[in-house]
Parts: sequence; C-alpha cells; structure tokens
Amino acid sequence: MSVHTPHPDLPPPANIVGVIGWSRSNLFSTPLNTALSLFALYLIYLIVPPMINWIFLDATWVGDTREACASGTGACWVFVKVRINQFMYGFFPEAEYWRINLAFGLLVVLAIPLFIKRFKHKGRLAAFILIFYPIITFQLFSGGNFGLTHVETSKWGGLSLTLILAGVGIVASLPLGIVLALGRRSKMPIVKSVCVVFIEFWRGVPLITVLFMSSVMLPLFLPEGTNFDKLLRAMIGIALFQSAYMAEVIRGGLAAIPKGQYEAAEALGLSFWKSMGLIILPQALKLVIPGIVNTFIALFKDTTLVLIIGLFDLLAIIQQAFADPDWLGYSIEGYVFAASIFWIFCFSMSRYSMSLEKKLNTGHAR
Amino acid sequence: MKKIHVIASAVALTATLSTNAFAGATLDAVKKKGFVQCGVSIGLPGFSNADEKGNWSGLDVDVCRAVAAALFADANMVKYTPLTAKERFTALQSGEIDMLSRNTTWTLTRDSSLGLNFAGVNYYDGQGFMVTKKLGVKSALELDGASFCIQAGTTTELNLADYFRSNNMKYTPVTFDTSDETVKAFDAGRCDALTSDQSQLYALRIKLGNPDGATVLPEVISKEPLGPVTAQGDDEWYKIVRWSLFAMVNAEEMGITSGNVDAKMSSDDPNVRRLLGQEGIKGSGLGLADGWAANIIKQVGNYGESFERNVGQGSSLKIARGQNALWNKGGLQYAPPIR
Amino acid sequence: MADEQRAVSLPAKPALWRRPAVRSIFFQILLVVGIGYFGYTIFQNTLNNLEQRGISTGFGFLDQEAGFGILMTLVPFDETYTYGRTFLVGLLNTLLVAGLGIFFATLIGFMMGVARLSSNWIISRLATVYIEVFRNIPLLLQILFWYFAVLRPLPGPRQSLILNDTFYLSNRGLYMPSPVYEQGFWLVMLALGVAIVASIFIARWAHKRQEATGQQFHTVLTVIGLVIGLPLLAFLVMGMPLSWDFPVLQRFNMAGGMVIIPELAALLVALSIYTGAFIAEAVRSGILAVSHGQTEAAHALGLRPGSTLRLVIIPQALRVIIPQLTSQYLNLTKNSSLATAIGYPDLVAVFAGTTLNQTGQAVEVIAMTMAVYLAISLSISMFMNWYNKRIQLVER
Repeated sequence: MSVHTPHPDLPPPANIVGVIGWSRSNLFSTPLNTALSLFALYLIYLIVPPMINWIFLDATWVGDTREACASGTGACWVFVKVRINQFMYGFFPEAEYWRINLAFGLLVVLAIPLFIKRFKHKGRLAAFILIFYPIITFQLFSGGNFGLTHVETSKWGGLSLTLILAGVGIVASLPLGIVLALGRRSKMPIVKSVCVVFIEFWRGVPLITVLFMSSVMLPLFLPEGTNFDKLLRAMIGIALFQSAYMAEVIRGGLAAIPKGQYEAAEALGLSFWKSMGLIILPQALKLVIPGIVNTFIALFKDTTLVLIIGLFDLLAIIQQAFADPDWLGYSIEGYVFAASIFWIFCFSMSRYSMSLEKKLNTGHAR
Repeated sequence: MKKIHVIASAVALTATLSTNAFAGATLDAVKKKGFVQCGVSIGLPGFSNADEKGNWSGLDVDVCRAVAAALFADANMVKYTPLTAKERFTALQSGEIDMLSRNTTWTLTRDSSLGLNFAGVNYYDGQGFMVTKKLGVKSALELDGASFCIQAGTTTELNLADYFRSNNMKYTPVTFDTSDETVKAFDAGRCDALTSDQSQLYALRIKLGNPDGATVLPEVISKEPLGPVTAQGDDEWYKIVRWSLFAMVNAEEMGITSGNVDAKMSSDDPNVRRLLGQEGIKGSGLGLADGWAANIIKQVGNYGESFERNVGQGSSLKIARGQNALWNKGGLQYAPPIR
Repeated sequence: MADEQRAVSLPAKPALWRRPAVRSIFFQILLVVGIGYFGYTIFQNTLNNLEQRGISTGFGFLDQEAGFGILMTLVPFDETYTYGRTFLVGLLNTLLVAGLGIFFATLIGFMMGVARLSSNWIISRLATVYIEVFRNIPLLLQILFWYFAVLRPLPGPRQSLILNDTFYLSNRGLYMPSPVYEQGFWLVMLALGVAIVASIFIARWAHKRQEATGQQFHTVLTVIGLVIGLPLLAFLVMGMPLSWDFPVLQRFNMAGGMVIIPELAALLVALSIYTGAFIAEAVRSGILAVSHGQTEAAHALGLRPGSTLRLVIIPQALRVIIPQLTSQYLNLTKNSSLATAIGYPDLVAVFAGTTLNQTGQAVEVIAMTMAVYLAISLSISMFMNWYNKRIQLVER
C-alpha cells in the first residue's frame, strides 16, 4: 500500500520574496515609482557620502590649536573641543562647574523613578520636582548661601542656560496655564473674556517683541527704583508667553473629560476648586502630558531667541566663538554642533511624547 | 474737555512731585547696591570686550571702572550689561543700567529728546570706510552704486545716507544688529564696503579671515564724538561720571600715572595736590571721598595709559593718538581744571 | 455642633455669600477692579517714568524725516521719507515674506505629508528623515545656517553664475529682468480680469451641470485656455506693449532688473522648510484620520489613486488638517520676525529696530509693532475659521 506523500511545497517565485521581491513591491511597482526611487537614490548618493566624509572620515578630531586643522579637508571638531566647556557652562567659574553638574544630575536621578512602573509615589515626586527642585537648582546656580560663592546671572550661559530658561518657562507657565484654561471655560462672562483676551494676545505676538519688551521696557512700567535681573525679566516674558500656549493645551485636556465627571463631582457636593483639584485636573493633566512635552520642545527651541536680547544661550555662545580671531571660518562646525545638540534633545523628547500618547490612548479607548 | 484738564493736571502734579523725589535717585541706588551697572558693547576689541572667562576690558570699560573707583574706591565694583546698538538707549532710559559707555556718538537729538546726558568725550572718532584691496578703490567718492554693511541703530546709518545724498551717489545699505554680523557679512562678500567709526574699522579688521586683504579708505565723513552717557534727572550722578573722565585726562596732562601716583602724593605742585585730594575742594563738591581721583589713577590709570593699553601701541589695534592726543600735544582731549 | 444643628434646622437656601450667582458677581467685580488697578498703575508708572527721564512721547515722530536707507522696499523709499513710511515699508516686507512663506510651506508640507505615506519605501523614508530633522532644530539656527553657511560659497557679483544673460546669481542675490509696462498694457490686465471672472462662472455652471446631469465638463482646460488665451490676444492686438529691463553689471553691483536679496531667500527657505515639516505632520495625521474604507470604496468605484487622493481623501482630511494648518500659518507669520537676526528689513528690524533707536520712543514703537502682529494673526485666524466652516458643511 502506498501512502500518499504530498510533494513538498515549492518555494515562492524568486521575484516576489527576498530582496528582489521586496524592492519590486516597494520601490519599482509602477513606472512612476521606479522613477521616483531612482531619483531618491541619486539624491542620497549626492548628499550622504560627502556629508559623512566631511563630518567623520576627513574630520580633524585631535589637537588643541587651529594648526591641527590646517591639513584636514573635513570638519574641524577641535574648534568645538577647545570651547566645549564654554558651550556647556557659559562664563560660569571653572571651579564651580560641579554645581551645574550636580543640579542636572539630581534632576536625572529624581526623574528615573517616574519611568518605573511599580513606583507608587509618582504624583508626590512630580510635585517635588516641580516645586522644590527649582529652588534647589537656583541655590546651586546662584550660590551666596551655604558657603557657596555667589555667581551672577550674567555669567550663566551655554547649554545650561538654555535648559534653565526652558525649564523655568514650563514650570512657571503650568500653574498660570491651568488658571487661564479654567478661566476660559468659566461661565462668568468677565472672567472668560479676560482670559480669552490674555491668551489671544500672547499667542498673537512674536516672542522677539515679548523678549524685547521684558528686557528693556519692563522697568518703565514699574515704580521708580524697582529693578531686577535681566535674566529674570527674560524668564518672566517667556513664562507669560508660554502660559498662553499651556492654557490652550490644558483646555484641550479639560474638554476631553466626560461631562459625567463634572456632574458627579457636583453631585458629591464638592466646591469648584475641590472638584477641579481632586477630580477633573488629575485626569485632564494626565491626558495632556504629551501636549505639555510638545510645548516644552517648542519652548526649548524658542529659547535660542534670547540671543537677540544679549543673553548667551547655547547658540549665542557658539556664535560669539566664531568671532574669536584665532578660530575664524569654522562657523559651519559650530552650527552643526548646535544643531545636533538641539536635535538630540528635541527628537528624544518627541519620541517620548509619542510613546506616551500611545500608552494613554489605549487606556482611554472606548 | 474738563476731564482731560483734570487728568492732565493730575499727571503734571504727580510728575512734579516725583521729579523732586527723583533727584539723586540713580546715585542713591548705585550707592545702595554697591556697584555700577554699566552698559557696554557686546564685543568690540579695544573698547569693550569680554575674554573667555567673561572679564571685560577696553577703553569704554575703563570709564565704568573709573566711576566705580571714584565712588567705591574699588574699580572692580562694576557689573556689565552687554547691549546691542538698538537696545542701548532704552536700557538707559528704563534704568536697567546706571550709565552707558558704549562708543556712543553725542548728537543733538540724543541729548535733547531721548532723555540722555552726555558726560564728555572719551574718544574723538569719525566715520570711515573699509573695502577689500581687490576692489581697487582709493577714495570713498568712487563708491557710487556700492553696497555697505552697517550696524542698525547707529549714527553711521544716518551719516551714510547724508554723504551719498550730498554727493549725488547711490548706495545699498545692508543692515545688521551687531558689529560681528556686519564683519561676517563683509567677509562673505555680501557688501563691497563696511562702514563704521574709524576706530571700530581697525578693531573689526582683525576679525576678517584675511585682515591684510582689506584697507581703510582715507575719507572721514562725519564727526563722531564718543562718550559715556547717563539718563537725565540725576545731576549728582551725571557729574560724578563726567569728572571721573576729566580726572583721567587731567592726570595725563600732569604726568601722573598709575605707577607714580603714590610718589606724586608728596608733590609740591598745587594742581597735582588738588587732583589727588591733598588740598582745595577735594571730593566734597561731588560728594565723594577726598582720594577719589587718586583711586581712579591708581586702579585704572590716566587717560593716556588707558588709551595705549586698550587701543594704542600696547594693543593689537595700534591706533595712533591723533585727535585723541592732549590739547597741548596737538589733539582735542581737554579737561576743565580741577580747582 | 452648633453648625450641624443649624444645617439641619435652617431651610435649604444657603447664606447670601454662598450663592453661586452672588459669588460669581462678587468675584468678577473683584477681577475688574484688580485688573483696572493693575492697568492704571502701569499706565501711571510709565507716564511718570517717561516724564522724569525727559523722553519725548506721542506719535509725532511718525511725521519726521527718517534719514536712513533701507535695503529692500516694495514702495518708493529713500532717506527723505518719514518714520511713518518706514513703518509701511517694514510692514509690507513682513507681509511679503509671510505670504510667500505660507505658500511654499504649504506646498512642501502637502508634498512631504503625502510622500511620507507613499507606498514607495525609499520616498516615505526620505520624507520621514526630512520631517524629523528639520522639525527638531531651532528655526533661528536654521536661518543663520542658510544665511551664513550657504551665502559664503556663492561667487561675488563679477563672477556671477549667469544663465542665458538674463539671470545672474551671486552673493548679492538673484538678479532677473523686470517687466516694463508700456502704453496699452492696461488692456492685457483687463483681459486677464475678464478671463478670471468668466472662469469662475464657467466653473460654477459646470459644477451645477455635473450635479444635475452627471456630465463632466473640461473645466480645467477651458479655464487655462481662457486665462492664457484672452490676455495673449489682447497683448498681440496692442502690439506687445511690454519690454524687459535687464540687469547690467556695473562697477560694484548689478543695476536694473529685479532682485531677490539673499536675506529674503535665506529667511524664506528656512521658514518654508521648517514650517513645511510641521505641515507635513498635520497632513499625515489628517490623511490617517480618514478611514481606509474610503480609499477602498473609491478604488472599488474605479477611481485612480491620484483621483482618490484628490477627490475623496484630501477633502475629508482637510477638516482635520485646517485647524493645525491655521496655527502653523500663525507661527510662520510670527517667526518671520526672526528676520532681524540676518538683516532682512522686516517690521521688527526696520521699525522696532532702527526707527525705535533713532527716535528712542520704545513704548509707542513696540505697541504699534505688537498691534500689527496681533492684527495679522487675528485676520489669519478669522480667514481660516471661515474656510474651516465652509468645508465643514461637506459633512452630512
């Protein structure tokens, strides 16, 4: 008795699997697609190899002087290497660098538990970071107490100043943004219109004019003799500007909370502030975390504008380095360096916000 | 109509009341906080420039230091606010800075309608042109149709317009916020000529990729008396700034330097003794300590020393004294006597 | 204890100060008084400060002679014009760069947004790289890069790259011939106007006919024929009343013709590429929001992929895209103020820069500048809201 043995399956035709099949369906499916793909490949050929050569292969990495770069045809990273401390810390006294490092190290250590799923006290930790951490950081930066030498704000600069400006902008604009968002949804006509006017005003004017106003005109508005730090004034401008954007983000979150939650809170007899603080805002704020991260990214990029009012953030300090007679002609290296730093920060934050969005979305899927 | 009158008189009343309160306000504030907030240029070698560590030096910076030395007997009691040309007057008007020492030209408009007081002239300058040698231009009159890199918000912008208008020539202005940007653009070939005060041209030339490829034309098309500025309304403060500068010039005239000031204390020359606070009105007229001028000379030096150290032979700029020599050496620097 | 008893014994009506309506009125009055006092204090302080410091006030300076030149002006301007005129010059330059920027950013954004969803692997990857790179780098950095890094390698005016003796590209900008209108050109313009009006009517008629009978009409071809043909006819009839002013190399610069200055080019490139990346993301999310069933249904009806995109997907996606597009347009307009960093004479550079500095009247100048941006922002929002409402009606 012969048993039927099925003939083994033939492999699929070579032109629909593997590299060939994949490229047939993904690159060359139609004449138009073929043309586009070829064009794109040509474009990549044109741009990528020279770029890699310039940035990595032909670049000069070692040395301390301009002469080291004389022979190289690629980028001169020595320029960045020589000035890296200034780019990071500005004019901060060299002996005090550890204070900045400690401040940012502390933030990283504090932030890690927020990403651990099993950690229970996330809310409390976040509140600590938002309220007490800025005070600690300010102490570390400014000094003057606890045996730390005082460092004037005019010496702050570089990447650390960029981070501080963006951080202060977010932390300060959050409470203001919440109040404005609640105000805009309020049933009281005057409160509502005041908030609308405030939000639309700050959203309608360019940040440059806001910075310019806060940097040179603010003392004109204040009583005679009151005067405070230029950096602080820039921060006030940024925080006011940012609060309008923050308010709009939070308003989106408030709108997304089902009406039943509001009604339930009212039915429980909670006052307005209690129902907001205990029921609505915790839910709404969680919903808008991705939005807040996105605002933070925008703010982080916008802080470069302070160079126009004479504060030395990362970009400004790099630009200033171009004017050094010993290092003329390396502006492209400087710009590329600044761009990659900003890019790394912004890109990783935007990825984080996207993953968060996904996670939160599943939680609220109906 | 009536309402407007009421408001107007109310405003006038508050204004007069507070004007009285305002006299001496800047000086009081400076004394209280213990340092002079001085507005300087963002970066102009020789005049005000910060090194890698953020220490400022320059001819304009020395004026700030002199004021601090007169007031606090310590030339280091100064904090610097780097300002662009655009920001400088608003910063002074708003009280953000106590004094401005930022190669600022003294003009009628600025002195009258901007609410400023010019305290003197620490550098006599004039606007000139820098071109690349390749262009083959020998005189500014050949520059018809050329484009010029200029810094926004300066008298340079206005002078250039006047010069070309009166000579019936055409030009294209390319305006930037900072002098660094004008140099960068000039270096990149964005414009045919860079125009600015002559002193700055020499300072900016060092920042070119090839400094020897550029040349400064002989024409000086304007008068640019540069000096420190204070805001109107505090005469005492204004006078301290003014006489700090005069003390430096007088010291040079009398041959007192930072090196020999201690020895000169025992001089018999009554002029020297008055300057150093040994006799005469001393510091009481200005409300300063008697040794105010001696402190300036000790810590900052006389005008000649400051000049040579920052922009003259002791610096990389190597600018000749020219108009900035003392009046008895063929220049214009002349200070009223201290007596 | 006492409280509890009262709560039980008293009627349900709460005390006067506990009633929401009363509270709300009280709270609002408090707010009005607070804001009024705040505004009054600031106003008083400013007035006092200005008075004390002897700073001139008022808008009289707008009539004074400016006395400085401006690199690029869309209306006649020289040193003898007033500060008021510098305001106009700056405003027009801002509007120009914002308008062009919105146009190019939309173009790039839609192209890249669609490309990112392309079935072609390499094209979609390239679009992704473009979006992720340019979205995450500060705009100011990009502007400076395009201006200082791209301007540098361009040759000087005497070594211009010349195309056909008509276009000259150098580090002074792109020079090209400008049209000179001679007598009789008005007829050509009139013909163009007539053609456009006629086209609108034809399009309406064709649309109605299609709704009623299902017959299609070659609207596009007819309109193109009309808009090109009619003015061309007028042009020939009037004996070609148009000549070109060619740029000529002079000792230093090119003279004559039109020029796109490098400052404008750098600003425009940076603004369109940066904003384009955000618009591409908006377009992508808009298209993804349209359910895939729509595409399948359109294919089942026999529509080609291009027509599917144009007639089915985009109109529905627009509803999601428009609000995001609005905010990007607003951002672009506000971001155009970064022009001041590279010397493009926009409103902030000319008016809030040079004019402010020459007159010293910061309060007036900054107030005017902010008011202009507010007005521009509000008009863009209003227009986009109107448009959004119009296309929302498509939903049934």
